[in-house]
Amino acid sequence: MEQVIVNGAISGMNYALMALGLTLIFAIMGVLNFAHGQMYVLGGFVMYFVYTVLGLGHVAGFAASIVTLVIVGLIFERFFFRHALRMAAREESTMLLAAGTALLLESLILVAFGEKQRGMPPMVSGVYKLFGVYIPAGRAAVFLIALVAVVAFILFMQHTKPGRALRAIAQDKEVSALQGVNIERYSALGFALGAGLAGIAGALLVSLLAVNSGLGTSVSIKAFIMVMLGGAGVVSGAIIGAFILGFAEALGYAYIPGSTTYLLIFAALILFLVIRPQGIIGKPWG
Amino acid sequence: MSRGLLRPLAGAGLALLALVYLVLLPVYFSHSPYILRVVSIASVLSVISLGVWLTFAIGRINIGQAAFALIGGYATAILSTRFGLSYWLCLPLSGILAALVGTVLGFGILRLRGVYFAMITLSLTEAVRLAFLNGGEFTGGASGIPIIPLPGELSLFGVVLMPSFQTVNTHLAFYYLAAALLIVTLAVVWRIGTSRLGWIFRSLQQNEDLATSIGIDIARYRVMAYAICCFFGGIGGSYFAVSQQSIYPNVFGVPDSIFFILYCFLGGLAYVAGPVVGTFILFIGFQILHPLQEYQQLIYAVLMIAIMLWLPNGLLSLRWHTRADRAELARLEGREARS
Repeated sequence: MEQVIVNGAISGMNYALMALGLTLIFAIMGVLNFAHGQMYVLGGFVMYFVYTVLGLGHVAGFAASIVTLVIVGLIFERFFFRHALRMAAREESTMLLAAGTALLLESLILVAFGEKQRGMPPMVSGVYKLFGVYIPAGRAAVFLIALVAVVAFILFMQHTKPGRALRAIAQDKEVSALQGVNIERYSALGFALGAGLAGIAGALLVSLLAVNSGLGTSVSIKAFIMVMLGGAGVVSGAIIGAFILGFAEALGYAYIPGSTTYLLIFAALILFLVIRPQGIIGKPWG
Repeated sequence: MSRGLLRPLAGAGLALLALVYLVLLPVYFSHSPYILRVVSIASVLSVISLGVWLTFAIGRINIGQAAFALIGGYATAILSTRFGLSYWLCLPLSGILAALVGTVLGFGILRLRGVYFAMITLSLTEAVRLAFLNGGEFTGGASGIPIIPLPGELSLFGVVLMPSFQTVNTHLAFYYLAAALLIVTLAVVWRIGTSRLGWIFRSLQQNEDLATSIGIDIARYRVMAYAICCFFGGIGGSYFAVSQQSIYPNVFGVPDSIFFILYCFLGGLAYVAGPVVGTFILFIGFQILHPLQEYQQLIYAVLMIAIMLWLPNGLLSLRWHTRADRAELARLEGREARS
């Protein structure tokens, strides 16, 4: 049982990175980033490429992943979403645009990196034994780095000027604009930041699990589940949702065979949302 | 062109389209199974997309239609292989079963709106796929249910209404089945649109609270629209099960759900014919791109984004502005500017 708790905590921390990115983008721009899973996959592939093919080590891999995803985020925001958000008559247009960007990113990844599944050795080798539970050093490293990233993100949002601007925009876009916040610049920042978080998550996890170009959709769905659970657009909600999913997954995989785990998770989610549509901490209808 | 000429011209255009679709194309290509298949599949995908169009008409973004197509497919598969029912019974039953599941789920999830509804229907697509994957013996697991029999003979009181699909040109038979499904679905959806029910649905789309205040039972009508949508999804899935003669969990997935919405969008959400136009153009376009292999998906994605950026109201919203239209518009704008 303790093993399940540890596994759940590690998964939860990494999922938190993903959920935070998605919820940030949703909070700032009102767009559900369908491409989030693909951004995660891209982060994983870039890390693999830099570490394994170019042989430049983990730090360079992280840096490359972050930079790549930030650039992708900036391009998406500037060329796709900025125009669509201004012109769209219905909100479905931006949603479909997001779905289109997901497909685009997935196709580009397929063309650039091929369809083979790629993996990497864990970042640190060895296993620790803590309170009767086995913790592979690689997973512990992932946990710590993810923790650092999440804490850094929260500190950034709470205590820096750009962070305050982002939070203001999330609260009320019009009033923020009236107060002189440059909405365009901060939308770009928000999107890039969200994408970067997805990239870090991907880069971290490629050392634990393999990554392949088709993984994007299922990762996106996991991110959606977390955001739906915790409440869209709320940072604490995203983290809570992430840990709930992490633990549920760990529990499921330990005691229930096969892919029934996610079936049960979905059924529970649908029931939960029927009772409380806004998630645990969300605002009604966002 | 004056207004007076437009209506008979539209009627003639429609008649010509029907002639091509029902007579010329199938006869000319009766021995090219590939072309017949492509048009048949496009027809049935249009049926499924018309269901999604209906949920748009009540103001919801339904990314879950693939789930109901899968339910319909499995229903047909199980009813025909395990219970030996004739396909002509399986077809409506699959639709009804999908509608029932939609009704039960709908009462719960239709209170959500916007992005939330979209997210939960997306999860529904995955959940249903997983359900069938883990159905054990009953649903055949990952390999699904193979060897679904072709539609047999349908006869009433000794009169043969429909010959067994094995005895005739099978591809042609499926083509006409698909065409029949599309025409009936179009007629039904169009009739709904022009009836009181359609009027109620439109009021739901515009403002649910206002609709409640004038006495419309929004919960009931929402579920009704959603159930009809799921019915069409189920029927479409049933067709695919019998035409591919097999069904497995990955036949309809998340990308398909998204494509159905895209088809509606390309054609234009304001028009009943929108999903049909969108489906035919995009599906046939996708087939044409097939030789490009790995770039196929890439080009498709670029196309999708281009459509969303530049044609957010769909193709059918592009109007051929005659000089008379432009003069009218200018006059109206002038009048507005003065008041």
